[in-house]
This record gives sequence, C-alpha cells and structure tokens, in this order.
Amino acid sequence: MNNEKEKKILFEEEPEIEEKIYVASQWKLMWWKFKRHKLAIISGIILILIYLLGIFCEFISPYDPNAYDPRYMYCPPQRIRFFDENGFHLRPFVYGYKLEIDPVTLRKKYTIDKTQKFPIYFFVRGDEYKFWGIWKTNIHLFGVKEGYIFLLGTDKMGRDLFSRVIYGARISTTIGLVGVFLSLFLGVVIGGISGYYGGSFDNIIQRLIELIRSIPTIPLWMALSAALPPDWSPVKVYFGISIILSFIGWTGIARVVRSKFLSLREEDFVTAAKIAGASEARIIFKHMLPSFLSHIIASLTLSIPGMILGETALSFLGLGIKPPAISWGVLLQEAQNVRSVALSPWLLLPGLFVVITVLAFNFLGDGLRDAADPYAR
Amino acid sequence: MGSFILRRFLYAIPTLLLISILTFIIIELPPGDFLTSYISQLSASGESVDLATIEALKYRYGLDKPILFRYFIWIWNMLHGDFGQSLEWNRPVKELIGERLLLTFLVSFFTLMFSWIVAFFIGIYSATHQYSLGDYCFTILGYIGIAIPNFMIALVLMWIALAYFGQSVGGLFSPEYIEAPWSFAKFIDMLKHLWIPVIIIGTGGTAGLIRTLRANLLDELNKPYVITAIAKGLPKRKAILKYPLRVALIPFISTVGWSLPGLISGETITAVVLSLPTTGPLLLRALQSQDMYLAGSFIFFLSILTIIGTLISDILLAWVDPRIRFE
Repeated sequence: MNNEKEKKILFEEEPEIEEKIYVASQWKLMWWKFKRHKLAIISGIILILIYLLGIFCEFISPYDPNAYDPRYMYCPPQRIRFFDENGFHLRPFVYGYKLEIDPVTLRKKYTIDKTQKFPIYFFVRGDEYKFWGIWKTNIHLFGVKEGYIFLLGTDKMGRDLFSRVIYGARISTTIGLVGVFLSLFLGVVIGGISGYYGGSFDNIIQRLIELIRSIPTIPLWMALSAALPPDWSPVKVYFGISIILSFIGWTGIARVVRSKFLSLREEDFVTAAKIAGASEARIIFKHMLPSFLSHIIASLTLSIPGMILGETALSFLGLGIKPPAISWGVLLQEAQNVRSVALSPWLLLPGLFVVITVLAFNFLGDGLRDAADPYAR
Repeated sequence: MGSFILRRFLYAIPTLLLISILTFIIIELPPGDFLTSYISQLSASGESVDLATIEALKYRYGLDKPILFRYFIWIWNMLHGDFGQSLEWNRPVKELIGERLLLTFLVSFFTLMFSWIVAFFIGIYSATHQYSLGDYCFTILGYIGIAIPNFMIALVLMWIALAYFGQSVGGLFSPEYIEAPWSFAKFIDMLKHLWIPVIIIGTGGTAGLIRTLRANLLDELNKPYVITAIAKGLPKRKAILKYPLRVALIPFISTVGWSLPGLISGETITAVVLSLPTTGPLLLRALQSQDMYLAGSFIFFLSILTIIGTLISDILLAWVDPRIRFE
C-alpha cells in the first residue's frame, strides 16, 4: 500500500525516475534497495574496517603480539588524552603508570603517574616484523617513542592486548570466510543436484540434511576438532577447523539452493531454454544461477557469524586454534578464570570485538536479504 | 493421525542408524585405539599390565577385528546397556553419564519453558505495538542477544556477581547438596541455582522466537478476516487473541525441533564456564584426554535427545495443525 503511494508521488513529480526504474538492471535495483537499509550500510563499513585491521595487523598494532614484559603485567588500559594541566595539546599522549603494592592485600596496583607523559606519534619505529611474510620493516602505524602504550591493557605476561586483538582479527574473521566458501561449494553442488533432479535422490539428501541439523553443533564440533592431530602446524589446524565449521554450514546453503532450483525449474524462461535446445550446464549456469545468486550471497553473509562464534567457542575451550597462534577465542581463554577477570576486566574486551563483528554481519545479511529480491513489495 | 505418527517413527530409525555411525566414527577418529592408550597409561603409572584383562577387553570390544565388525559389536553392546569403559575414570560409561544427562535435560527443559514464556509476551507486545519505542528496544536487545556468545554472557555475569556482590554463581547446587542423594530439598536448591544458566542459555533462542512470533502475528493481523472482525466491532483484544494468535503460535511448537540442538550446544559451553554438573564439562574433559567411549556416548545421547524432541514437536504440530497431517 505504502509503496504504491510512494511510487505515485514519485512518478507524478519526476517522470524521469520512473523511466530510470524500468531500465535499471537487476543489480542496480538491488543496490538502490540496499542503500535504503542504513544499518546495513553502517555494518558494511564497520566490517570493511575490521577486515582492514586483520589484513594490515602487523602494521597497525604498535607491538609484536608475543613480545612480553614482566614489568607490566595486567596493566589497565591507558586513555588517549589531549588535555593536561597546561591545557590542550594537538599531539595526543598517554600517562605512564606507577606500580604500588597494597600494604594490606599485597596486591599489585597501577596508578596513573602524571609526571610520565608519552606523546603518541604516527609511523614510529618499533618491534621488527615481516610484512605479510615478504619484507622486513619496523614501522608501525602509531606508537610512542619512549615509554609504553597499552590501549586495551596487558595480559598476565605483560603482552599488549590491543596488538593481540588486532592479530586475532586476522584469524577470527577469515576463518569464517574460508568456512563459508567451503560450505558454498558443498551447498551449491549438493543442493543443486538435489533440486535439479529431485525424486528419491532429493529425498535422501533432505534426510541427510535434517540429520546433520538435528545434531547439537558445539558437541559435534568439539569432538571433531579434538580429533585433529596435536602435532599439526597452526596453518593446518586453521584449515582443519574451517572444514569442521563448514561441515554443518553447507546444509543451510544447500536448502536455499534447492528451494530456488525447485521454483525456477517451473519458470517459463527455463522451459524456453530447454525447448531451444540449451544444454543442462548452460541452463544451470547461464539462466538459473544468476537469478538466485543474490539469495545465495545473502544467506552466505548470514552464515558467517555462526562460524565466527563457532571458532571463538572452540578456541575458548582450548579445542580450536591453539596458542601461540592468536584468535579472539584464544584471547578469551585468559578470561576463563573469573578471579582474574574480576581484577582485570579488560581481558573481556576481545569478546566485544566478537560481538561487534557478529552484529555487523547479521545487519548486513538482513539488508542483503531484503535487497536480494528487489521486485518484492 | 495414527499413520502419521507411525510414519514419523519409521523416519526416525534411519536417523538413529546414521547417528550411531557418526558416533562410531568419532570414537574411532583419534589415532590408536583406546586399549593402546590404556596400556600406556597403566605402564606409565607403574602398574603391571595384566595380559588376561587386556585379552578380555580386546575380545569384548572386538579390537582385533575389522572396523565394520567392531561397529556391530559396539551397537550390540549398546543395545545391551554396555556403552564401553571410560579410560580416565576406569568405570563403565553408563555409571558416569546417567545423572549428567538428566541434569542437561532439566536445564534444557527449563530454558525452553523460559524462552517460550518470555517470547510469548514480548512477541505479542512487539506485534501489536509495531514500531513503538518498546518494539525497537526489544528488537535491539534481541539482536544483541543473538550476537553475544553464551559463554561471554556467562563470564560477564560471573564477573559482575563476583566483583560487585562478592558471590560466585557457578554450579547447580549448594555445597551441602552436591553429594547428597536426590530429595525434595535438593530439587528446590537446584531450582534456586537454575535461573542463571537458564537465562544465559535462553537469550539467543528467545530472541529468535520473538522475531518469528512477531513476524507471524503481523502477517495474520493484516489479513482481511481480522480487519473484518475489528470492523464488525469485536473488541480488539479478542480479535487478536482468539484467532490470529493461534495461527501465529504454530512456530512455537515447531521450534522445539530446531531449537533443541542449539539449546544443547549452548548448554554444553555454558556448563563449562559455570562448571555445572551437566554433560558439558565432562564431555570436554573426555575429549581432551581422548576418552572416546565416554565422549562418543555423550554425543550419541545428546543427539538422541534432540531427535526425540523433534519427534515430539512434529507430532504435536500435526495434532495442532491438521494441514500438516495430510501433506
């Protein structure tokens, strides 16, 4: 109803818009519809930023994630400041810490020491690293020339949590992507066969999918990842985990592909192509696939968060990615001990990154799903 | 109806068979068999290895036979109540899992009830007050509930309880009841501890349920029969509760099926964080020490639990919605 009214107003005022809508390609219509979903656009931008963090983690993190300093164990996060007692400074800085021992509880306590001021510079030289494993350099995006900067505090070995979270982004956000591409492959092939040929074959595959979906995921993932040989290299474990995650993920995509195949099979244009003598491969890839590609993209986006959460959960339990490799789940493992969380709550911060990423993927996926069918009212 | 139930039971048989195969694969996955690790563990602790016992175990689990044969021995033993030997605890698996499965079932059951009740009221409110402030708040809360992993909520809750109230919230029982036999007092004590895991595990599922109920009810509310009813002067309350709600509630029953695997999943990991005496922590330990008969049995029974849940929900659904019976 509303849309009709909207369209009428739109057309009466600007007739050229009507023309634009009728000649626009399907992808253009989708983009227009997607743009209206503000939350999805914002989520998309946030995700791009998070992936950039992961891609350039060596450069963006101020420290080597494995560099430890026993002098600064469990340091609270430092605040970036622009004001001190002399007023505003254009160059931001952080205050240093003074270590005090509580005379009663004998607990170590850091207090802000205003006499130590560490200004923050861009492109400072710090720990040496190999950028993407290709060339050696020691320039970091930002850092301090003297003193230290721990934006998210430090952990029990005095390692900078901010650097570790950024390194963790690389593994945690890409493992979902790898898993999703594996599920996409399996889902499209199996779902496509099931939907295109139908019959008893379809029946068997549907039973199989129902079966896999009825098994509780986390126990199954736990069992499968516990079976990964302990002497595997981190890279092998990484791919092993993504295969395990896609073991369940493909079922959702297979269902989408199958239902689309079933409904498209009856469409006139497919019948026309058949009568015209097009081969099966040509019908599938040239005529059917483009018309449900957008749905697949949307459901892919919606299945990534589950995989990210899966990796986090597995690593958190110590069955997924294992230290010295860093993922958000590995970082959260340190928060498993409630007493250390009570004393240093910033250990929970990697979880915030997980939540933001998952939320962003959910919103983006919702926006894509709505846009996937631009003709729907 | 009778034939539908019968058909549904027949469908469950191949599913059970496939689950047993999968469980068996999981048991066989780690390199080496459990006997080799058992022997090495015994000799590591300096105990003498009794050859006769080993031969007996070997025969009992058919470890010298081909894999297919071993599978049938395993199934045969399962059917006779022998789920294998736990290597770590040196006790039959059967003794270890019984109570923990019961507690897992109880926690899941209460969580399901909790999410039904919460989703019922919030879902109706959100649908009847579409785009109101309350609706937006619940939508945002729902999204966040889906995005935060269960164990994060558990950690944060434990942290808040410890840091601000000086209490620890783990476990299902007060210390004096942990070893006590089941009694009414123990049950009451459990209920007092139960609400924390129930809320933690329930968040994600509840949010999904609210969204489904809201969407379905909105669909129904815009249908001509409802508009007619309101136009003819039926009180709005009655016009909503009498017919549209009934149709919109169907997913409540069907969700039992698909939400059970999620519930059990969430329960497993939350239980590890909160150290509940349910299946989660023991399953994790079993997997870490490759105590495969124990781990495999857990997975087998957890899967069976969800299959039974799906079965019940399907039958209920057919009972409530006659359209399904005739498909």
